Parts: sequence; C-alpha cells; structure tokens
Amino acid sequence: MADYKMHIMVCGGSGCRASESDKLTQNLDTALQKNGLEEDVQVVTTGCFGFCEKGPVVKILPDNTFYTQVTPEDAEKIVEEHIIKGRQIKHLLYEDPNAKELIPDSKHMDFYKKQVRLALRNCGFINPENIDEYIARDGYAAIGKCLSEMTPEAVIEEIKESGLRGRGGGGFPTGLKWDITRKSEADQKYVVCNADEGDPGAFMDRSILEGDPHTIIEAMAICGYCIGADKGLVYIRAEYPLAIERLKIALDQAREYGLLGEDILGTGFNFDIELKYGAGAFVCGEETALIHSMEGLRGEPTFKPPFPSVSGYNEKPTNVNNVETFANIPVIINKGAGFFSQIGTGSSKGTKVFALAGKINNVGLIEVPMGTTLREVIFDIGGGIKDGKKFKAVQTGGPSGGCLTEAHLDTPIDFDNLIKVGSMMGSGGMIVMDEDDCMVAVAKFYLEFTLDESCGKCSPCRVGNKRLYEILDKITQGKGTKEDLDKLRLLGNVVKDTSLCGLGQTSPNPILSTLDNFYDEYLAHVEDSKCVAGQCKALMQYKIIPDACSGCTLCFRNCPVGAISGERKSPHFIDQSICIKCGVCYEKCKFDAIEIV
Amino acid sequence: MNSTQSLISELVSQHGKKRTSLLPILQGVVEQEKFLTEFSMIEIAKALDLPASDVYGTASFYSFLEHKKMGQFIIRVCKTITCDMKGKNQILLAIQDMLKINIGETTPDGKFSLLQTNCLGWCHKAPAMLINDEVFTEVTPEKVREIIGTYMKRND
Ligand SMILES: Cc1cc2nc3c(=O)[nH]c(=O)nc-3n(C[C@H](O)[C@H](O)[C@H](O)COP(=O)(O)O)c2cc1C
Ligand code: SF4
Ligand code: FES
Repeated sequence: MADYKMHIMVCGGSGCRASESDKLTQNLDTALQKNGLEEDVQVVTTGCFGFCEKGPVVKILPDNTFYTQVTPEDAEKIVEEHIIKGRQIKHLLYEDPNAKELIPDSKHMDFYKKQVRLALRNCGFINPENIDEYIARDGYAAIGKCLSEMTPEAVIEEIKESGLRGRGGGGFPTGLKWDITRKSEADQKYVVCNADEGDPGAFMDRSILEGDPHTIIEAMAICGYCIGADKGLVYIRAEYPLAIERLKIALDQAREYGLLGEDILGTGFNFDIELKYGAGAFVCGEETALIHSMEGLRGEPTFKPPFPSVSGYNEKPTNVNNVETFANIPVIINKGAGFFSQIGTGSSKGTKVFALAGKINNVGLIEVPMGTTLREVIFDIGGGIKDGKKFKAVQTGGPSGGCLTEAHLDTPIDFDNLIKVGSMMGSGGMIVMDEDDCMVAVAKFYLEFTLDESCGKCSPCRVGNKRLYEILDKITQGKGTKEDLDKLRLLGNVVKDTSLCGLGQTSPNPILSTLDNFYDEYLAHVEDSKCVAGQCKALMQYKIIPDACSGCTLCFRNCPVGAISGERKSPHFIDQSICIKCGVCYEKCKFDAIEIV
Repeated sequence: MNSTQSLISELVSQHGKKRTSLLPILQGVVEQEKFLTEFSMIEIAKALDLPASDVYGTASFYSFLEHKKMGQFIIRVCKTITCDMKGKNQILLAIQDMLKINIGETTPDGKFSLLQTNCLGWCHKAPAMLINDEVFTEVTPEKVREIIGTYMKRND
C-alpha cells in the first residue's frame, strides 16, 4: 500500500453494504478531499471483518481503532476529529457487552483476541477487487514458489504433512485426495471448487469469496499443478451475486497479470477457471451430485466408489475441494507445513471458520484454532446470549449435525470430538438457541429442510424422512405418544444406515441428538402435553394473571379475534376456545399480567 | 423465429451444442423470461438434440428453474430456522397483505410472485429475502413495504 500515512478500512461485505457502507465510503472520500487529505489518507473497501452484528464497521490503521455502527453521516466527524485531531470518537467505539467498557482498538476486543485468521487472513484487510492488494500481502507468492521451486509431488507432500482436512464437512485429508487424483491417469483432469454452501446457518464460503477471491484462484491453480489439470471449475450458488461479481473481477485481473491462462509465469503451466452456477438445490453440494449438475443432468448423487478423484466430471479424474479448504493452501505453502500443523489438535490441524447466528450477541464470522471450546466461541468471542437469556443449545453441522448442550460447552471443537458427542463439524454453521427455543420444533425444522432438499432418488431418505417429520409434527401438536419417541429413534437409525448419500445418512442426526440431550422435553410434550419453551402453539395457552391485571383494556382492544373480555379496571379473561394464540396481548401488556402456560 | 427461439439459438451458440450447456441455457432463458414454458423447453430439446422429457426432467429438479408462470419480480422469502426465529412470518404477512396474494401465487398484473426458499446464507442478517437476484437482509414489515413499493413503481 503506497505512501499513505493512514488507512480507513471500510467493510464492504454484503452485510455492511446492506447498511449503506457504500455511501459511507463516498462521504469519507468527499470529506478527505475537502480537507486536502486525499494524498495522505486512503479509504479502502475491504471484505467482511466478521463483525456483522454491529455493521457498518470501520477500522483505522495504523492505530487499529475500531468503530461500529457507523452511518454515512459520521464520515465528516471521523475525518475532522480522528484523522485531523487524533481524537477517538467515543460513541462509535465498541462497548464490551460483559465488562460494559469502551474498547479503544480491535486488538483488545475479545472478539478478535482468541481468533487466529488463516483462511480469513485477508478478509477485512484488502480490497477484494484489487489484485495488487492481494499481491502486496504475499498473494500469488505460493503459486510462484510451487511452479519455480517445487515438484508437484513435493507440494502434495507438504499438504499431507500439514494435516489439512477438508472443510466441506467430511474432513477427508486434502493431501491424500490430491495424491489420488494425481495418480489417476487420464488425458484430462479437473479441479473443482465447491461453493454451493447451503446448510442453514452457513455463510463462511460466501464471505471468503467476497473478501478474498484471489486466494481461491491461486489455490485452485496450485491444485491443478499438483494433479496435472489445466482446467478449474467453481460451482457457486446463484444466490450469491456479490461473490460471483467479485470472483469474475478477480478472474479477469488474474488473466491480465498472466497468473491464469497459458504459460503461467513463463513456466509452461496452463490453467484457467470457469464459473458454473447452481440453481437452488442443496443436494448439489454433495460432490457427485455437483458433478452431475455441471454435466447438465439432474443433481442427484451417485454411489461412491468410484470417487470423483478417479472418475468425476465428464468421467475424468476430478479433485473437489471446499472453498475454505482452498483458502488454507497458500498459507501452508508460504509458511510451511510445520507452521500449520502446530495449530490445532492431534487429529485436526489448523483453524476452522465458524458462522455464528441465532440468539448470540456477536453474530458473524470467526476463525479459531481447532480445539477451541464451544464455551470460548459462544461466550468469549460470541459475547454470550442475547438479551441476558439463558444458553440452551448450539446447533452445529446444519441438517447433518446435532444440538449440543451446556454439558458440551467445554468440549474442544474438532472433527472427531464433535462426532463423539453426537454432532458434526459440518461446514461450520453454528446456530445458538436460548430458553425460548423448543428442541422438538428445532428438530422438526431441520427435517422440513431435509424433506425439501432430498433429491428423492432413494427411498429411505425420500419416504423415511417424511415419516419422521410426520411423527415430529404429531408431537408438536400434542398428539404424540411415548411409543412415538421409540419409533423416531428406530426409524432414524434405519434412514441413517440405508440412505445412498450423505444427506440421508445424516439427516436424522438433529432428531437423534435432541432425543439424547433433551429427552425430558420430548417427554413433556407427549406425557403432559407441555412445551417448556412455549413455542409449540398447540400446547400453550395465554392466561391473564388476575392479581397483576390492572384492567387497562389494552389487550381487549388489540385482540384480533375478540377472545378477551372484562370490565374496565377489573381483571380481564381470555376465552381459550376463541384465542388463536397470536401473542398480541402478551406483547402489548404493560403490566406483565399475561403468562404463557 | 420468435424472440424465445432467437434467445435460445443465441444461448446455444454462446455455450455450445453439448449436454453440459443445458443448465447454462436453461438459466439464460429463466434470466430473460423468468420461467420456462413448454414451448421453450421443447425448443431447447430440439436445439441440443435431447428428448424433451429429459429437458423437463432436468429443469424440474432445480427450484430456481421455474416452469410455472411467474411474475416479473419473484420474491423469495427465506423460511429456514434463523430467519424464522427472527420473524419471517411477519414479513410474509406484510407482503401478502400488500400484494393480496398467497405463497405460490402471482399478482393479476403479472408483476410479483411470492415464494419461500431455504437458507440464503444471510442468517447473521436475518430475516432475509431475494427479489430476482437482489438480496435484502434484516427486513422488517416496514422495510419490506418500502422495498416492494419501489419495485411497484419500476416499469422495466
Ligand atoms: C448433502 C450434502 C451437501 C454438501 N454440501 C457441501 C457444500 O455446500 N460445500 C462443500 O464444500 N461441501 C459440501 N458437501 C461435501 C462434499 O460432498 C465434498 O465432500 C466436499 O466438497 C469435499 O471437499 P473438502 O474435502 O475440501 O471438504 C456436502 C455433502 C453432502 C452429503
Ligand atoms: S439420501 Fe436422499 S438426497 Fe441422498 S440420494 Fe438418497 S434421496 Fe437423494
Ligand atoms: S436461515 Fe434464512 S438466510 Fe439462513
């Protein structure tokens, strides 16, 4: 970054763009020009800082001041106070939700203190639409090193030694996969980047593509060099327009710089990348389905083996890796396998990116060393549960994963530990739930998702999941029996054991894990017709507490169906046979006189 | 040649007359015409030398390749867990109330269709929705009325 004395980094991730970060950037530029500072201070639009909850986010370098929830109107103040007079603007600083104090710079934020950013190393630091900024931070050094100093075998050896495992969910050793694809003989091979991220709660891959697209291009080229492929394909969801746009810009720039195309860096190595768009089918994230979709077929999975590494796209050997897996490759080449493998646990090396969502204070993207505990992620980095409520569960691994409880908070997160406690790493989505969330309803949600997305090719998944869903629905209606709970377990295990692809093989996990961890809650539904969380509408009633009711008539006036009666200034009453359980009275009451029973 | 036929022949010459081009061609037609008609699917089948049933079978697999009549602007509201937790039902009600249509329907003037979809990857900014390929996040009933209001005024 040239001769600028200061940089104002403005988050240009989609989250912050949605809150007018574009306008903010313009206003900052205008304010700098007005004060004649455009030669000294540069405004940089970067990828996501991960702190989406409090966006738009602005960071000032070199002092690392971190401003949150900045509006376009704040631009002038930032320039006049901070840039010119060197005074921090108090009301824009971030307040630590636990300690209730203002944090002067990002180095002191719990949110960043426990994080180690490898895959996200450039997100929030560079302008993703400018290849020079990527290059300035060691970008394309790894491909240079591979092509000029290392044989493909040596590169594969390095990846193997690093211990990197696939971040797309399966956790397959990446170096080994590359080795197998290298050794499969064919006249044509392919490198595929799986960017079909679709698990509920997941947005890691989108953020990497939006914040640092060149990393993926560089890593795919390295993979091509290793396995002997000259063609790469990125399969990306059509629902990610900004990621697609940034990737297209990055591809054009890379071609212009001779980092893609023929004779890359004068070494005789050819490699180019084409984009393929998904069309709204989650199962296309499964690698064989993804390949069929790229071939122009229905995106249905097929039996493995043969694995794509042996016979994939157009029946040629195809190496499929996830976006985040690729994002780690340049780090391993630049810093060495030893650097990478010293981070993490025995069987899971490096870091993992997680997307925090749900009832947690700091939603957004984080990256932590493998082995960090759920407690550290949720409470130290995530800032704890929203509105002072109680933590109940965290769902990891999307529709293939499970719900973990308080008892698992000190489990170090890695591939194997999560499986041991009945969940999965999945791609890295984490949805946090509080006391208001009913675990039966949560399980039903995931099953509904599976039903929508099952491709229907094999009957355990197509029919079995439907039956599971019906049983869950019955339970949430208060019509379930204790036998239904046993049926859920039995049928769930059958679906797991007999489905063709990973979708069906893991889809009962949300049910099985909630049955294990929240059995009492299921029992309360079937035996006492009670939903403790008060979420299952069929099982709850709104009641007026006579002693607390002042007779203000507010509920009476707001009830859309006229279920409430009573005289002014005396306690009111809800007629349960008319009540539609919309909850308006509960929300409107100023005296906390309405309870959910 | 009518406009659909010339669109298809343009797409075929751009992507090539091969099976792997089927999806990009279907996507190209949907981008221009919002949905696939029987006519367009048969024309694509002819152009690529495929059985029409195969084209239909492929198209009907993908939820973004609509083969029912759709409005000019397709609203897709995320119905998955985080968006649901954060009040997507109020959003749906507000849209239904404003456009006087139910989920799966199109307004009589052919301008809007309302659909639900699964997780859009904006869970940290829930609730989220798409209108064609534009994303809207952290929508509230007020915001959604404003957004749809601006689309109503568009006459492109
Ligand atoms: C139903 C299903 C959905 C999947 N979705 C994705 C996805 O969205 N992204 C992804 O990278 N892998 C996904 N996978 C895993 C892929 O099949 C494959 O294992 C992965 O892309 C390999 O890359 P990796 O070794 O780098 O993880 C999915 C698997 C299944 C069974
Ligand atoms: S398990 Fe489900 S998604 Fe997978 S092939 Fe069978 S029906 Fe399709
Ligand atoms: S749940 Fe709606 S965007 Fe993820």
